Amino acid sequence: MASRLPVKKTYKLFIGGAFPRSESGRTYEAEGQNVARASRKDVRDAVRAARGAFPKWAGMTAYNRGQVLYRLAEMVEARAAEFADLCSGRAEVERTIDRVVWYAGWTDKLAQVLGSSNPVAGPYFNFTVPEPTGVVATLAPDEPPLLGIVSRVLPAITGGNAVVAVASETHPLAAIELAEALATSDVPGGVVNVLTGHRGELAPWLASHMDVNAIDLGGADGDALELERAAAANVKRVVHGKPDAQSPWEVAAFLELKTVWHPVGQ
Amino acid sequence: MTDLERTHERTPVPEDWTYAPAPEARDIVTLRRRYGHYVGGEWLEPTETYTTISPASEEPLAEIGQATPAEVEHAVQAARDAFENGWSDVSPSERAKYLFRIARILQERSREFAVLESLNGGKPIKESRDVDLPLSAAHFFYYAGWADKLEYAFPNRRPRPIGVAGQIIPWNFPLLMLAWKIAPALAAGNTVVLKPAETTPLSALLFCDVLRQAELPPGVVNIVTGDGRTGAAIVKADGVDKIAFTGSTEVGRAIQRELAGTGKKLTLELGGKAANIIFDDAALDQAVEGIINGIYFNQGHVCCAGSRLLVQESIYEPVVEKLKRRLATLRVGDPLDKNTDVGAINSKQQLDKIEELVAVGKDEGAEIYQPPCRLPEKGYWFVPTVFTNVAQSYRIAQEEIFGPVLSILTFRTPDEALEKANNTPYGLSAGVWTEKGSRILWMAERLRAGVIWANTYNRFDPSSPFGGYKESGFGREGGRHGLGPYLQFEDGNG
Repeated sequence: MASRLPVKKTYKLFIGGAFPRSESGRTYEAEGQNVARASRKDVRDAVRAARGAFPKWAGMTAYNRGQVLYRLAEMVEARAAEFADLCSGRAEVERTIDRVVWYAGWTDKLAQVLGSSNPVAGPYFNFTVPEPTGVVATLAPDEPPLLGIVSRVLPAITGGNAVVAVASETHPLAAIELAEALATSDVPGGVVNVLTGHRGELAPWLASHMDVNAIDLGGADGDALELERAAAANVKRVVHGKPDAQSPWEVAAFLELKTVWHPVGQ
Repeated sequence: MTDLERTHERTPVPEDWTYAPAPEARDIVTLRRRYGHYVGGEWLEPTETYTTISPASEEPLAEIGQATPAEVEHAVQAARDAFENGWSDVSPSERAKYLFRIARILQERSREFAVLESLNGGKPIKESRDVDLPLSAAHFFYYAGWADKLEYAFPNRRPRPIGVAGQIIPWNFPLLMLAWKIAPALAAGNTVVLKPAETTPLSALLFCDVLRQAELPPGVVNIVTGDGRTGAAIVKADGVDKIAFTGSTEVGRAIQRELAGTGKKLTLELGGKAANIIFDDAALDQAVEGIINGIYFNQGHVCCAGSRLLVQESIYEPVVEKLKRRLATLRVGDPLDKNTDVGAINSKQQLDKIEELVAVGKDEGAEIYQPPCRLPEKGYWFVPTVFTNVAQSYRIAQEEIFGPVLSILTFRTPDEALEKANNTPYGLSAGVWTEKGSRILWMAERLRAGVIWANTYNRFDPSSPFGGYKESGFGREGGRHGLGPYLQFEDGNG
């Protein structure tokens, strides 16, 4: 007899901190596996989960968000071998981990770098602080399979947003592995949601969704123009994210600026 | 309540009280019969024209050019030439000095501009004189200083100008919106094609004379006039690298759609339906003044107007009573009269829109209150209006009216106030009135809007960033943050 038969993984979606199958019951084959093929309803559920998770994540202290993201780096490191098999290899995994750590250190510095105190000509204390824009839809790039999605999702959540990410259609396994790391990292359920499936089928619903505040078209291919047009329906912030970027301006793209006026007097 | 306050409260407002007329002299303004487009430092004879009027009297003021796509193209070309052949070589500190000059000339000619602004737009001279003009000059003065300090505003990013900025501005603060657009654009080293609103072109056209006096090189600022067709031509022009638009969310959406896929930079400052929230511990008389300023300032033609009043239930009755008394003392009439509080509605079209939404409010079941008020016979006027008994779902609680119409709703707890305030697709501004400091900051953190006024309302300053969340647009104007949209960076981010 042969040795023990391994228990194989079922590749599912990641919505609201749980791993459901697509409500449509559909799968498609990618990288030799059956992967869930999300539907419009899954998009809707994911946006709802993100909206629900947003106030809690945005309301956490920046210090706490930083610690949670650092914990995510720890979880990716712990699964480094598995991740290496699902992307270009060990070097990509190491760059991914270091990038997560880099963003973890930004959470409690953004307000100091991007905000300001404004010397208005009157008896008012006036200050400007960055705040997350809300729910961000991310179309993850195909390459690099792991570093790509991490480079796009991390800036959004570092700033306090909640994300619905559509994984690369051709390389979805690293994204699902990432979801498993997220699930064990203290990132609250719903802050990052990962959908796998046909991008052309899912992206238009996200682009036109009235409860999505920003869309990152980094991974869009031929349909970017149509998606950008649809995004105007509720004046979405449209970001053309680069697949291998690392900068605080990547975070700033998903931030609003709030200015508060307060009178000064006795 | 003290005896003094009680006596004061009982004092009725005299019904026959009138102020002696105090008209501002109009002769400081010299109008031409006909204006062309200001392109490449020269006046272009327009191919088509329309008549601009005074909304307070319907009196024709001048013939104005209606720029065709070809004329817009000409202006864009002039801006492109100026950007590539000359303006880019002007050193940043010299650029700053042009802006300082413009600021100074605006200060020197401020009364002339104020009168013209009230004449063409209908806003009270008190406001154009004390708000629009000082802020316009201050805006140029503020951004002048940034022109040669950009690398300090954006360290390690090598900021560079974008090129030609196409700018489309509204009719509610014609010169101030021009200043908000042109000052940062020039400070960053760009050239400009600007279109003032169809109904209020005159202050922008007079501004061309300021440019002449400041000896700004030709083509750096070009002004074309016309209606939405001219605006659309600017948006579509290939030679424009960035569009900045202030106006309705409907048009903003259309511009965003139009620019999809072009890679042009875009900032939008759109509509609002701001909540002005009054807690029961607020200084009520101050709050009532803030409510009045919030919604009746500039006839309510303010994108950040506090058009939804949220009053804590326990003080609903005294607030509404005080508000009605205060409303009766507002002087509605001649914009050029120095006593006028509420001027003319900017256009017939806007008056129709206000009347339509007010009729809808009555039909929906809201209770209307309008103080006794004698309106001039000619011109476009609307009595300051308050709606009570308003439900969240009513159109007058959801849609931007852009007129002197206030909808009053109530709440019990801070959480409820917050939920109602944020229950709108807009997110431009909000007001909070309470004496409790911790509650101010708690509310300010949670209100989804770009500008929060605590115990004040409708304050503006060139150093203070302004702009919206959600469908109120994106990008900020004012402050260091207002420079970014007019620059490009080595890192490629916006």
